[in-house]
Amino acid sequence: MSNPEFSRRDVLRTIALAVTAGGMTTAEAQHVHEMAAAETVASGGVYTPKKFNAHEYATLTRLCEITVPGAVEGGAPQFIDLLSSQNPELAAIYTGGLAWLDDESQRRNHVTFLAATPEQQTALLDLIAYRANASQEGLGHGVRFFDWARRMTVDAYYTSPPGIKEIGYMGNTAVAKFEVPREAVEYALKRSGLG
Amino acid sequence: MFQVMRSAPVYDVVVIGSGAGGGTTTKVLTDLGVSVCLLEAGPMLNPARDFKEHMWPYQVPHRGAGDGGDSYFGRSANGFGYFSATFGNWELEGEPYTTAPGNQFKWFRSRIVGGRTNHYGRISLRFADYDLKSYTRDGIGTDWPISYEDISPYYDKAERFIGVTGSKEGIRSAPDGIFQKCPPPRVHEVLVQKSCQKLGIPCIPSRLAVITEETNGRPPCHYCAQCGRGCVSSSNYSSSQVQVFPALKSGKLNLITNAMARELITDDTGKVKAVSYIDKTTRTEQQVRCRAVVLAASACESARLLLNSKSPRHSNGLANSSGMVGRNLTDSVGFGLSGEVPALEGMMRHNSDGMGGMHVYIPWWLWDKKLDFPRGYHVEIGGGFGMPQVGSFGGVCRKHEGYGKSLKDAIYQDYGTHVGLSGRGEMIPNEHTFCAIDPNVVDKYGIPVLRFNFQWSEAELKQVEHMEQTFTSIIETMGGKVNGPRHPERASGADKISIGGMIIHEVGTVRMGDDPAKSALNKYSQSHDVKNLFVADGGSFVSNPDKNPTLTITALAWRAAEYLAEEMRKGNV
Repeated sequence: MSNPEFSRRDVLRTIALAVTAGGMTTAEAQHVHEMAAAETVASGGVYTPKKFNAHEYATLTRLCEITVPGAVEGGAPQFIDLLSSQNPELAAIYTGGLAWLDDESQRRNHVTFLAATPEQQTALLDLIAYRANASQEGLGHGVRFFDWARRMTVDAYYTSPPGIKEIGYMGNTAVAKFEVPREAVEYALKRSGLG
Repeated sequence: MFQVMRSAPVYDVVVIGSGAGGGTTTKVLTDLGVSVCLLEAGPMLNPARDFKEHMWPYQVPHRGAGDGGDSYFGRSANGFGYFSATFGNWELEGEPYTTAPGNQFKWFRSRIVGGRTNHYGRISLRFADYDLKSYTRDGIGTDWPISYEDISPYYDKAERFIGVTGSKEGIRSAPDGIFQKCPPPRVHEVLVQKSCQKLGIPCIPSRLAVITEETNGRPPCHYCAQCGRGCVSSSNYSSSQVQVFPALKSGKLNLITNAMARELITDDTGKVKAVSYIDKTTRTEQQVRCRAVVLAASACESARLLLNSKSPRHSNGLANSSGMVGRNLTDSVGFGLSGEVPALEGMMRHNSDGMGGMHVYIPWWLWDKKLDFPRGYHVEIGGGFGMPQVGSFGGVCRKHEGYGKSLKDAIYQDYGTHVGLSGRGEMIPNEHTFCAIDPNVVDKYGIPVLRFNFQWSEAELKQVEHMEQTFTSIIETMGGKVNGPRHPERASGADKISIGGMIIHEVGTVRMGDDPAKSALNKYSQSHDVKNLFVADGGSFVSNPDKNPTLTITALAWRAAEYLAEEMRKGNV
């Protein structure tokens, strides 16, 4: 289990705690974040989960991809694992939720969520993706967990390069003159009935 | 541990705090050849290193949610999120404040050169002539000792120097100033304008402290919409970049950072002769000597400093023979409502970033009407295709639910179709709202802390009802549907209104006036009791009109600094 990165991560974690506690200057904080970013890049894109075991991480990965196609490329499992590794409250939501998924899948299909067929997986999501089902016997936990998974998967995807491209955000760039396309103004005015 | 440098220089003026008031005071005084020592409780700012302008969320592993996903739990180590240039928060480690039982108050403090001006909203509105004489108009509150004619030349100077967008409109509630050209309205802002037109409500180009033409060597805005993250090109106003850094080049300024002012030290005649401060880096007490002192630590922090500067001669705190220090605290009334606007659905994607803030706003328009509440409010407008952030799509997730392609389609369709309206209104000072020293609590430097009492009155609650009706009309007139309240259980006025302090417009705690029995300062922001003591932050305000305070803080600080320099030259201070 020796991990050459472990001690360095431990140091980063300790420093990150110091940031939260306010015992650190902004310059130092910035440095830490740059180090953390560099760490991800240095790993060459192969991410080693920090919190979840291999089965949990594989299950999370599958869940993210069904929830938002493209979310794995957008880094959702990594995002959730990293934050969970820093926050026991969040970690409990996910380890508990992923275990619930397996239990429920076993009960229904006699296999883990990961081993279930795509149809069986989506059939389960069709239940837990809606608040209205929360009152159904045994589904409340699943609905609450999926609400977390959906929010964080959506956040991870739409803050990633493919998600930003898909949603069509065109800003965060320097322009000499700010202009509003006439076509867009006319479109909205016409539809509003105010034009 | 206690060290006093007896051989230390005597500065003409010690300025405490480097935000809008302190930055302006420092720049004006050093330009006039006055030597200044500026004390800032936070560290030095290095914009190139510290501002997170232009960063994408994916450039940090937590995407902006903060370590451990703080933002999902309603927390942030950075006040307004990871990318904001707040360098402060609602709570500061080791520097508490308290609230009296049954009271709620939130106090935002930024410890950094430039203070809260590094991240603030840049909204720059002149007070109207009637704002300064409200008591004469409606018999409520207190008139200012100055008129619009007194302050107008200083609004001119401030606007010329810091740069403010706008247009000449001739509206009495929103006096015109020296304006730079405001960029055109975004699509949703055009809809708000048209909707307002139909309702008889004015909606005019924004007055923001953002430059759209080169100003004193500062390049114009590049329209990335990220003013709140701090602007590396200093194309908006921050006192750090626009006033303190240039003043450092004058040779007249000594800036001492990480210096937490503790007490003002007076001589036998009752004048301030030195400022005692804690050097945070060594946790030792230091003193800096001066001929005059200008407090610009923020309204409440300046009141705290005066109340903590007790001596046998000033048993009630310094400059407080009136008992007014800490009293008359107000914040702006805050209320927001948003709506989904189908007219914006399916619109061609385009870059709608623009300035870091709205391009049009609604000034108060019913100043000559009789309503069931006194005074008024202005309205700020939000919307557009903003940079996707953690939490941007929480609303559509909650509404649509589901997963997969249908969820993605819903998110795509929802993006950029929401318009938000925020009201910022005038609160009337009341006897139940004030700050005082907590007799039982000190901060980690041993300095007694503030305890807040804060209560809204019926006047503010009624104003919020008016805001809600107005915003609903505006949204519905453009075919929009008002989004359900975030907290449906909070239906009454007392729950809709912002918590005191949350709008971060706290003012009034060291108010000015002609009568020394009813005010702490004279009309030049000079203490009635202590002639070499001035206050240049929002503490001097007599009322808190529906105009965000920063521009007026800047104008009054400019006026006070010129007066102080002249009084020193004449030998009166």
